Amino acid sequence: MLTIEALDKVYKTGTFGTSDLHAVRQVSLDVQRGEVVSLIGESGSGKSTIGKMVLHLLDSTGGSITFDGRDVTKLGFRARRDYYRKVQGVFQDPFSSFNPIFKVDRTFETLRRSYFPRVSGAAWREKLEEALGAVSLEPGDILGKFPHQLSGGQLQRLLIARALLLDIELLVADEIISMLDASTRIDVLNLLGELKGRGLGILFVTHDLSLGNYVSDRVVILYKGRVVERGATAAVFDDPLHPYTRDLLASVPHLDRTWEEVEAEESQRSARLAGRCLYHEALAAQGRSLGDEASVGSASGPADDVGLVEHAPGHFVGCFRKAADEECPAGM
Amino acid sequence: MSQGLGLDKLDQRGAATEATEPPGATPAPSGSRKPGGDVRETLYFALRNPKVVIGSVVVLAFLLLGLLGPLFLKFAPMDYAGPPMAPPSADFPFGTTTFGQDVFAQFVAGLRSTFLVGLLGGGVAAVIGMAIGFVAGYRGGLIDELLNMLTNVVLVIPGFVVLIIINAYLGVRSVPMQALYIGVFSWPWVARAVRAQTLSLRSRDFIDLARLSGVGVGTILRREVAPNMYSYLFMTFVLLFGGSILTAASLDFIGLGPTNAMSLGLMMNQAVQWSALHLGLWWWFIPPGLGITLIVGSLYIMNVGLDEVFNPKLREM
Ligand SMILES: Nc1ncnc2c1ncn2[C@@H]1O[C@H](COP(=O)(O)OP(=O)(O)OP(=O)(O)O)[C@@H](O)[C@H]1O
Ligand SMILES: [Mg+2]
Repeated sequence: MLTIEALDKVYKTGTFGTSDLHAVRQVSLDVQRGEVVSLIGESGSGKSTIGKMVLHLLDSTGGSITFDGRDVTKLGFRARRDYYRKVQGVFQDPFSSFNPIFKVDRTFETLRRSYFPRVSGAAWREKLEEALGAVSLEPGDILGKFPHQLSGGQLQRLLIARALLLDIELLVADEIISMLDASTRIDVLNLLGELKGRGLGILFVTHDLSLGNYVSDRVVILYKGRVVERGATAAVFDDPLHPYTRDLLASVPHLDRTWEEVEAEESQRSARLAGRCLYHEALAAQGRSLGDEASVGSASGPADDVGLVEHAPGHFVGCFRKAADEECPAGM
Repeated sequence: MSQGLGLDKLDQRGAATEATEPPGATPAPSGSRKPGGDVRETLYFALRNPKVVIGSVVVLAFLLLGLLGPLFLKFAPMDYAGPPMAPPSADFPFGTTTFGQDVFAQFVAGLRSTFLVGLLGGGVAAVIGMAIGFVAGYRGGLIDELLNMLTNVVLVIPGFVVLIIINAYLGVRSVPMQALYIGVFSWPWVARAVRAQTLSLRSRDFIDLARLSGVGVGTILRREVAPNMYSYLFMTFVLLFGGSILTAASLDFIGLGPTNAMSLGLMMNQAVQWSALHLGLWWWFIPPGLGITLIVGSLYIMNVGLDEVFNPKLREM
């Protein structure tokens, strides 16, 4: 449904826009109907930037974003309005998502004026209460309040409710669980599961690995703007290949295994993969089988090669160097 | 009514930026929606804020005096009505000038043109400055750079000198014309300030959320950006209002003011010209001076109060 290919984003920074910040490099991923894809990465890895580009709130520098086969990187006003009927987002910072001088109701009113001008007041009220109920909010406690009178978690759930008012097909959820406590978190996760069951595709942005593990069908691991590994959740979590993914997973507590078991398994894997780079090994193997002309990585050189190879069916991994400007550990 | 003074301008500005909105972006007004719930609440708090109330009462009083005063006057401002240099009395509440003109009649007439210059000059500057500031700050990129260039060009033009030349060369002698020229040269700092504020608001997520609601640029500027700046925009207008009055007075002083009208600035300056200070004719220069001070001061106090009204956080403290 949503397909991102070789997406790039360069921010112009510095006083005169002189220096460039390559926030997103050649990112490719896709989200299908009824599927949750987690975009996992540390702070500053470019997750929100990707989300905002998907939502057409930021211009991309290169690459393509297609939704149901249609390029959505350059939409006119009308087309964008139609796009937003199907694709909605929830932002990371709930406090900045509401206009501080207005009551929170106004956010819903804006949506209504824009997309439901003909829905009667009573019908709208009913719809709204249903959406609020779905995120376990009491309409009476919430409506008529100013944003600063509500908690971050309440605001965050309001934003989810807002997205639910439209009959969407794709939700870009940027850290939507971050401010919720354990019980509401479960409610929201269950809600996401239910929506997924109804065919909603979700791009779930998070820095929390265990959350990513819990909710998603597939994961995309992002490091400094580059996808280092992606694949089915089980495959990536059970057999992490890229050094960064392995570091990440090593720091996550497992409920089903003891620390020693995890340690042992990880050190075994590290020993097996030390000094290697599955990406370049695979490329070299391909190159051999295809003959010399097809020898890979030659055109651009290895330093800016940010592609992925399919290590196992559906499990992709990139060059084992960490930052994009480092050397490949295998020296290839 | 005195509040309308500032808010009318804001509405005008809203209408000005509306033009940039793609067609069809304005949501169809639906009958069932209760209109202006927020407006009513703002009014509720405004009427309970002493600063707003006192400020508006003073400005309103002067405005009423200027509007209704002429109906009760026995003399025209320039008539040689009574004895020269007479102190305030029952016949002449503000006394008379060296030439025996009724100072009160001049004051009332002066109030009218002062309000006219302030409103019109300030209004023109506010509309131009805000439209340019909003569009430049929100759109960014090339549009921003072009508008910035325009702003800087007008900023470095010595406006007062140009005004002198225009007034002298074109021989403009009416108050509205004078106000218009003043307005056209005093908007650049408004554009800069509004642009800076818009720039900082633009990066907030609620702007993006409004975009996700399929709302156009004009509507976002009017419904999301501008309301965050209402008190600021009002203060801007206050400053423009005062600035226009003072510029007009300066022009009047060097003999380039309206020849067919009286203004508070002109009064003060005639008083100085005819040595009212040395002759101790305090009633000649104190009323216009006090009038200008009170009007601009009250607008300022109103502005502080409105900040509390518009900002719910301040309201609760
Ligand atoms: N408007 C901007 N101008 C310049 N640089 C930016 C801008 N927005 C983000 N960046 C930079 O782009 C990089 C990626 O930012 P992004 O917000 O996408 O990170 P993130 O993965 O969402 O992080 P977090 O988990 O903290 O939200 C960061 O280095 C950030 O400093
Ligand atoms: Mg983020």
